[in-house]
Amino acid sequence: MSTEWRDIGRLDDIPRQGARVVTTGAGDIAVFRTLDDAVFAIDDRCPHKGGPLSQGIVHGHAVTCPLHNWVIDLASGQAAAPDRGCVRHIPIRLEAGRLYLKAGRAG
Amino acid sequence: MNMLHPLIRRLVVIGNGMAGMRTVEELLKRAPGRWDITVFGAEPHVNYDRILLSSVLAGEKDVAAIEINSREWYAEHGIRLFTGDPVIAIDRQARTVTAESGRVEPYDALLIATGSRPIVPPLPGLELPGTCAFRDIADVETVIAAAGQYRRAIVIGGGLLGLEAANGLTKRGMSVAVIHLMDNLMERQLDGEAAKMLQRALDERGISFFMNGQTEELLGETRVEGVRLADGRTVPGDLVVFAIGIRPNTDLARLAGLDLNRGILVGDDMRTSDPAIFAVGECVEHRGKTYGLVAPLWDMAKVCADHLAGDADTVSDYNGTVLATRLKVTGIDLFSAGEFLGDESTDEVLFRDPARNIYKKLVMREDRLVGAVLYGDVRDGGWYFQLLREGQKLGSLRDTVIFGQGFAPGADAGAAVAALPDTAEICGCNGVCKGTITGAIVAQGLTTLDGVRAATKASASCGSCTGQVEALLALTLGKDYAPAEGEKPMCKCTDLSHEAVRSEILAQRLQTIPAVQQALDWASPDGCHACRPALNYYLLCAWPATYRDDAQSRFVNERMHANIQKDGTYSVVPRMWGGVTSAKELRAIADVVDRYRIPTVKVTGGQRIDLLGVKKEQLPDVWRDLNAAGMVSGHAYGKALRTVKTCVGSEWCRFGTQDSTAMGVALERMTWGSWHPHKVKLAVSGCPRNCAEATIKDFGVIAVDSGWELHIGGNGGIKLRETDFLCKVTTEAQVLEYCAAFLQLYREEARYLERTAPWVERVGIDHVRRLVVEDAANRQALQQRFLFAQRFAQTDPWAERAAADGAEFRPLATVA
Repeated sequence: MSTEWRDIGRLDDIPRQGARVVTTGAGDIAVFRTLDDAVFAIDDRCPHKGGPLSQGIVHGHAVTCPLHNWVIDLASGQAAAPDRGCVRHIPIRLEAGRLYLKAGRAG
Repeated sequence: MNMLHPLIRRLVVIGNGMAGMRTVEELLKRAPGRWDITVFGAEPHVNYDRILLSSVLAGEKDVAAIEINSREWYAEHGIRLFTGDPVIAIDRQARTVTAESGRVEPYDALLIATGSRPIVPPLPGLELPGTCAFRDIADVETVIAAAGQYRRAIVIGGGLLGLEAANGLTKRGMSVAVIHLMDNLMERQLDGEAAKMLQRALDERGISFFMNGQTEELLGETRVEGVRLADGRTVPGDLVVFAIGIRPNTDLARLAGLDLNRGILVGDDMRTSDPAIFAVGECVEHRGKTYGLVAPLWDMAKVCADHLAGDADTVSDYNGTVLATRLKVTGIDLFSAGEFLGDESTDEVLFRDPARNIYKKLVMREDRLVGAVLYGDVRDGGWYFQLLREGQKLGSLRDTVIFGQGFAPGADAGAAVAALPDTAEICGCNGVCKGTITGAIVAQGLTTLDGVRAATKASASCGSCTGQVEALLALTLGKDYAPAEGEKPMCKCTDLSHEAVRSEILAQRLQTIPAVQQALDWASPDGCHACRPALNYYLLCAWPATYRDDAQSRFVNERMHANIQKDGTYSVVPRMWGGVTSAKELRAIADVVDRYRIPTVKVTGGQRIDLLGVKKEQLPDVWRDLNAAGMVSGHAYGKALRTVKTCVGSEWCRFGTQDSTAMGVALERMTWGSWHPHKVKLAVSGCPRNCAEATIKDFGVIAVDSGWELHIGGNGGIKLRETDFLCKVTTEAQVLEYCAAFLQLYREEARYLERTAPWVERVGIDHVRRLVVEDAANRQALQQRFLFAQRFAQTDPWAERAAADGAEFRPLATVA
C-alpha cells in the first residue's frame, strides 16, 4: 500500500494541550495539538517502556510520558537529556481546519 | 588619666555580656596585646547572644548555638575569665575591684558593662512559684521546664521582648495570654495601624490579648494560678513571665560613687565621671538617653575601644544611635526606625495593601526621611534606614521612595542589594555590613547561607535579612549559587517556591493557570508536567466554587479517572464505603468483569475490588454499568481521598468498643471526592488492637471506651511512619469535625505531592495541634472551608464522563 495524505479529522477534535490517537495497522499514532495550535504526529509509544505518549501532559512543543516522565520533543521525536531515545515522526499538515496525515505505509 | 603608663596595662571588664565583650573584641582588633584583660561575669556561662534567647525559647536553637566566644577563645587571647563571680565593690582610690569570691584585681582602666535588670513590679503574690523574667539563660531554662509541665502561660508586657517570649511559649505548646498596659502592642516601635496588624497576626497564631490591662495581683495558693487585673478581669495561667521592660543595672556604680541618673552617666568618649572608668551598654545613660537594643551597643563598643586603644587624634565620639527595630517572630515581618509616629512638622507617605497584609509608612520632615514603619514587606528596611541616617534630601526620589529601592530612579529593579554601598548594614542583629559578607564569600569560598551565617553571623539571629544575604550570595557567586532546600523553586519554569506561588495566587486573586503564569513571569509559555498539575491543584483549593478544572493539566490517571498500568490499559476501582459491600454490588461487578472480559480481579489493601486490564475505550461503558448498580468512582487513581479502612467494630467484634464501621462510612461520606496535595488514606479501628492499621494512615481513628483517639501523619509506604497522636474526642460529630479541619489544613499548607507524613514532620505536630486542637474557632473555620469545597467536589466523575460523548476515549481516525 502506498503512503498518501489522509484526512483524519478536524483540528477542533483535539483539545489544546492534548492529543488524540489514530489507529493504523502498524500501531497507534498520537496526534498532538499544542497551546499555540501547532500539530504534530508521532508513534504513540515512548522509546523507554512503550508508554502511551498521547496520554501525557503537553507543554510547549513537548509531551511528558505518563509512565516514567520522559520528555519527548514533538518536532524531532527526541527524548530530552539525560534520557536518550527517539520516536518515529509522521508528516502531518493542517489545511482549513482539517488534519492530513501521511500514513498507510505497507506492512 | 595617668600618662605614665607601662607598656602593658591592665583592663578589668565587669560584665561578660554583649556590650562588654564586643568592646574587648573591638579593642583586640585595634591594639592586640596592648592590654592585659580580665573579665568578670555574674552568670556561669561564657559570653552568649542574648538576642537569641527568644530563638532558644522557640526551640529553633539550643543554648550551645548562641555562645559567642568559647573558653578557648578567651584563653587564646590571654583573657582571664571569671564566670559566676560578680564584682561586688570598686575601690577607685586603690584602683582595684573585689569579686564575690574575694578575688581582688587591680586595674589601670575599668570597663563597667553590667547591663540591665528586668523590671518586676511589687505585686501581691510575687513570692509564688511559677513567675520569672525573660532576661538570661536561667530564665529561659525555667520557662522551658515549666512549658513541659504546664499548659497556660501569661506574659506581662506586649513590647518586643514580651511578644517574642509569647511566640516562643506558643511554639513550646503552651496556650499564651499577653497582658499589655497600653492600647497598642509595641507602642515604642509601632504606630496604631501596624500594631493592630501585628496583633491580628499573633491572634491567628493562638495568642490571646488583654489590652489596657494593669496587673494588680498574682493569684494562687501554692503556685501561681493566674493574675487579676485592675478592672476586675482575671486571666488563668500556671506560669507568669514578666517582660515589662528593663532598668540599667547601676548598683555597683552607685556604691563606687560614680555620677548617675537613670543610668551611669557617660560622655561622648564613653568615660564615666571617673576618667579611669568607662561604661558601655544598657547600664549607661548618654545625653539623657538609655538604650535597650543591640545597635547602640555596637556603636558604643567601637568608640570605647578607640579610646582604650589610645591614639588621641584618631578616636571617635559617640553621638547616640538612631534605632531600628525588627521583631524576631518567624513569619511576621516588621520593621520600624526613627520618628515613626511623626508630629505636626512631618508629612507621611502611606502604602496599604490589606489583601496582602502590607503596610508601609514613611515619615518625612523638610524632604528628609526621619522615620519608617514597615509591616508585611520589610525588604527595603535596610535602605530606608540608610536614607534616614544619611539624612540626605530626597528630591526626585520622593516620588517613588515608598515602593522601595527597586523603583528608585537609576536603580536596577530586583537588584536593590547590589546598589547598597559596602558600608551598608545588612544584619542589624549582629552589625554585619554588606562588604563583610561579600568579602567573606570570596575569601572563604562560601557557597551557602549556612556558610555565611557561620563565618559572619549575618542572618544568624532573627533571620529577617536572610533574603538580602541570599541576594548577596547570588550576586557574588552568579550561577554557582543554588538556594537551600525549602526555598527551592517549584520547577524550572519559575524561581518562586511552592509557598510563594500559593500566596501570590491568593494575594493577586489569580483564577487560572495562564493568569498565574503571566502574573508570576513564568519562564515557559505553558509550564511543564511538574508545575501544571500543582497549579491546577492550588487553584482548585483556593477557589473551590469558581475554578474550572483544567483536564489537560492533570496527570493521565486523574484525567481518565482510572489508573494507567504498564501495558497502557487501566484499572477501575469502585468505591466501597468503609469497606462494606453487598451481594448486589458484587453481582454487578461480576457482570462487568464477564461483559468486558476483564482479565484480573483483585482485592486491594484498602478493602475494595480492583478490575485490572480495562481498555481505554471500554472505560465509559464499565463506569456506566457500575453506576447503574449504585457504585461511584473510588478515586483510586487520584491525589485525592482514597479509602477509609475499617474493622467490624462493636457491632460484631467481642472486643469492639465503638461502631468503627459506621464511623468509617460517615468519614468516607464526608470526605469522598476531595482533592489533596497527594493521596490521603483514612482508617477507623474499633478498639486499641487496631485491626484497621489506623496508625499508619494519614488520618487514623482508634476507638476507646470513652471516645475516639485521633492520629495523624502516618504512612505505610516506602518510608514507614507511625502516626502522631493528635488528641482524643468523645463524639462522632467531633471525629468528623477534627478530620475535616485536619484535611483542610493539609490541603491549604502542604506542597503538591507532599504526603501528610513529611508535611507533619516539616511543620511539626505542635503546629497542627495548635491550629486544629487548641484553637476551636480556627478548627471550625477550617471545617467550614472543607465542607464548602466539598459542595463542589462531590460529583461522581464516572457518571459525568459516562454521560459525555467520550470522544477522548475513542480513536480520532483509523487508517488502514
